[in-house]
Amino acid sequence: MANEKVNVIPEEERQYKLVRCTINGKKRQTMVDVRASLTDMLRNDYSLTSVKKGCEVGECGACTVLIDGEAFDSCIYLAIWADGKEIVTLEGLAGPDGELSDIQKAFIEESAIQCGFCSPGFMVSAKEILDSGVLYTDDELKKLLSGHLCRCTGYENIFRAVKKTMYARLGKKLEE
Amino acid sequence: MLIGKSLPRVDAYDKATGRTKYTDDLCGKDALIVKIMHAEITHGFVKSIDTSEAEKIPGVVKVVTCFDVPDLPFPTAGHPWSTDPSHQDIADRHLLTKHVRLYGDDIAAVIAEDEVSAMRGVRALKAEYEELPFVLDAREAMKEGAPVIHEEFPDNVLKHTSIRKGNYEEAIKEPGLVKVEGWYDTPTVQHCHIENHICYAYEENGRIVVVSSTQIPHIVRRVCGQALGVEWGKIRVIKPYIGGGFGNKQDVLYEPLCAYLTTQVGGRCVKIDNTREETFNNTRVRHAILSHIISWVRPDGTFAARKVEMFSNQGAYASHGHSIVAKGMGAFPQLYPCENVEADSYTVYTNRQTAGAMRSYGMAQAGFGVESHTDDICRKMGFDPIAFRKQNLMPVGYVDAFSKNELYADTFNQVMEKGMAYIDYERKRKEYANQTGDIRRGIGMAVLWYNTAVWPISLETAGCRMVLNQDGSVQVQVGDTEIGQGADTAFSQMTAETLGISFEKVHVVSCQDTDITPFGTGAYASRQTYVAGMAIRDCAEQLKEKILRKAYEYTRMQPYLCDIIDDNIVRVTDGRVLMSLASLAEHSVYDLDRSNHLTMEVTTQTKSNAYSFGCCFAEVEVDIPMCKVKLLNIINVHDCGRLINPALAEAQVHGGMSMGIGYALSEKMLYDPKSGRLLNNNLLDYKLSTFMDHPHLEAQFVENPEPTSAYGTKALGEPPVVPVAPAIRNAVLMATGVAFDELPMNPHNLFRRFREEGLI
Repeated sequence: MANEKVNVIPEEERQYKLVRCTINGKKRQTMVDVRASLTDMLRNDYSLTSVKKGCEVGECGACTVLIDGEAFDSCIYLAIWADGKEIVTLEGLAGPDGELSDIQKAFIEESAIQCGFCSPGFMVSAKEILDSGVLYTDDELKKLLSGHLCRCTGYENIFRAVKKTMYARLGKKLEE
Repeated sequence: MLIGKSLPRVDAYDKATGRTKYTDDLCGKDALIVKIMHAEITHGFVKSIDTSEAEKIPGVVKVVTCFDVPDLPFPTAGHPWSTDPSHQDIADRHLLTKHVRLYGDDIAAVIAEDEVSAMRGVRALKAEYEELPFVLDAREAMKEGAPVIHEEFPDNVLKHTSIRKGNYEEAIKEPGLVKVEGWYDTPTVQHCHIENHICYAYEENGRIVVVSSTQIPHIVRRVCGQALGVEWGKIRVIKPYIGGGFGNKQDVLYEPLCAYLTTQVGGRCVKIDNTREETFNNTRVRHAILSHIISWVRPDGTFAARKVEMFSNQGAYASHGHSIVAKGMGAFPQLYPCENVEADSYTVYTNRQTAGAMRSYGMAQAGFGVESHTDDICRKMGFDPIAFRKQNLMPVGYVDAFSKNELYADTFNQVMEKGMAYIDYERKRKEYANQTGDIRRGIGMAVLWYNTAVWPISLETAGCRMVLNQDGSVQVQVGDTEIGQGADTAFSQMTAETLGISFEKVHVVSCQDTDITPFGTGAYASRQTYVAGMAIRDCAEQLKEKILRKAYEYTRMQPYLCDIIDDNIVRVTDGRVLMSLASLAEHSVYDLDRSNHLTMEVTTQTKSNAYSFGCCFAEVEVDIPMCKVKLLNIINVHDCGRLINPALAEAQVHGGMSMGIGYALSEKMLYDPKSGRLLNNNLLDYKLSTFMDHPHLEAQFVENPEPTSAYGTKALGEPPVVPVAPAIRNAVLMATGVAFDELPMNPHNLFRRFREEGLI
């Protein structure tokens, strides 16, 4: 396709910083533009394209990643803030040989995925929620997941998938 | 039997692991970035654009303005092309416009090395305008002296069509009739697919390649050709996985501009990645439609005459134009057949966002009007809503004269019975009668009717290609698209079913590439399982015949004695397995004597259509002083014929119900009356339903296989949205006695109405 990327920001305006962090269990480092969002860094520098852009202002939740175990909208989190942090994206949920995590399996089994664009964010948030080991009520669970927008599923099957996994992890029986 | 099985989606693993590539994931990092300059007036003319400062900005590669682009007006609707000029879509678009018709219209584009430079470039452009008055409301736009939005349409009426049946004026003279009249208004709303529209384009060997998040790749190719004045064969459109469409991407959006811009920078790759704000402002929206319905009802509950007038707010450009309201109006005389009907519909240009296709294509609006009105009749005349519907709904055996669609089974009674049983309708209706106090509950319902596909209004054609691999598996390609609804999985089930091979041996090619994929018009009109299903069946039947003929060479058994069952060539007379399909496939290709590549390609035209039906029941709790509606229970019951994949069908219904709930209770695009500007062009201020806004969504089905359909199936993608808003509205009416004739029933609207009715 086109030429190599030309860095065109005037010399005096260039501000790059080294960001060292752990991404999906691997130590990584790269120079990033100080204005870049974590979404940009993960997508552009590490090709972690599960991190989706739906609004870029923290409204839709499609870009959610875990930062030190806590779910964030990576689009409104500067890449440079990730220095020293541990980042997990959806790519980090599956095992090294592609074996799916319980959350991913549940999303498939419950038909919780349609277009798939919001799904990575939901599954990453689900990981945060379920790693807490808390048995949430339906209302609590809905509130915890409400930072994500989805237009395909009506949230119904996503709810089923997350709830089912929560019960399974806690060794409890899910009453239909 | 693979039809009717809830098999996992063929794309589930990749989507669950984040591997699935969408348009932006495929675009090279070296792509030039395009940012568009949006006009800062609502109506008027661009007199000049000073590009000099923008061009000085480092990183800006090129500035293209509305004065530079070809003067080739083009249509954008995702309709099959018509060779009859009188049926062609209105060509009222330019790549960039000198005549600004909505706030934020596209007037220039900056191509830059990176996003920041492109945005700086846009900010540095200076436009001078000649401002004109604007109009946002359809009926205002029809008035004498209203601002003219397109010179070719001096009264702003893009089209007016009518239906006349019997003699309305005579019929209303019948003594003893009760007149019920209502005005039912729906807002402008947006699709809100989570992936914004995005496309990129580059040149390859003198041809233009466009990769786009679209539902309609073959139509995009045609329109790019028309907009650029380039032979269609010189355009190649590629559609990867897309992050939702809901009809917005059943329109040609920024692909023609993108295709043009690559030609302006020597074929380098250029990307147009819409912001969420641009998606709201500059792609498409649902038509706001005002329906005025009058019914003349006999004391015995039958209709003497009915009349509807519908005013559809088209916004700035024609897009799908009159087809939307025409679909709603065309359906009006069908649901409750009546001897004397007058119907008129008007599609009117205004300076709002351009309205196009959106899930249910005019039927959500028509459904709200018709089914709200049905309950208004019942309330005024003291009829039971279920009994009244049973008395008046289209009877079994009803045939629509135009489409030849027929109601074959006792569907309406079946779906209503299921809905009533689930929600405990009779008991709750009694319990909630005559309530007083601040918190009141109500239960309501609405039915839906929906025509699958677009025949006979437009062409229905689908291509399918199947290639038998040397291992007995099959690659299948159709021009019809996976947009999240699960089409690829349904197509795979159909292919496996007809060929007699296992589901795992079907490899559906998901990506459409107009250089490679057979022609198909794409995802719209809830048509694909019906229309692409016909092509898949046709192709698989012919491929199977070809395979069995080839098998004769190895088995010496006549084709009519054999079949393919569970991946084997089987002699049906005694059930003996003669050879595996894999072995046949391998031998066929590598046969030193008679090598055969076993492939099949078909074009299948569909000249039938099918009615899809259903209903929604909703139970609400209304907090009158708080002006809030809480949805307690909701069920949709559908008859879309035979279910191909029940789990995916259920998921489709959930999504439609959710969109219907938003339509009923919270969604509305708001306009500043002074400037004409859209006020809530983002996902924070525009209130689509969140996780917190839904009760459990119950989806149930009645399966009456559609006799005209290759796999017994018919429309399901769009219908679920149709009955939800009127069902909720009718539940609120039952709870409070207040009829809400304007959506959404948000606190602002409730406050206004409760004040009017003296409840607060």
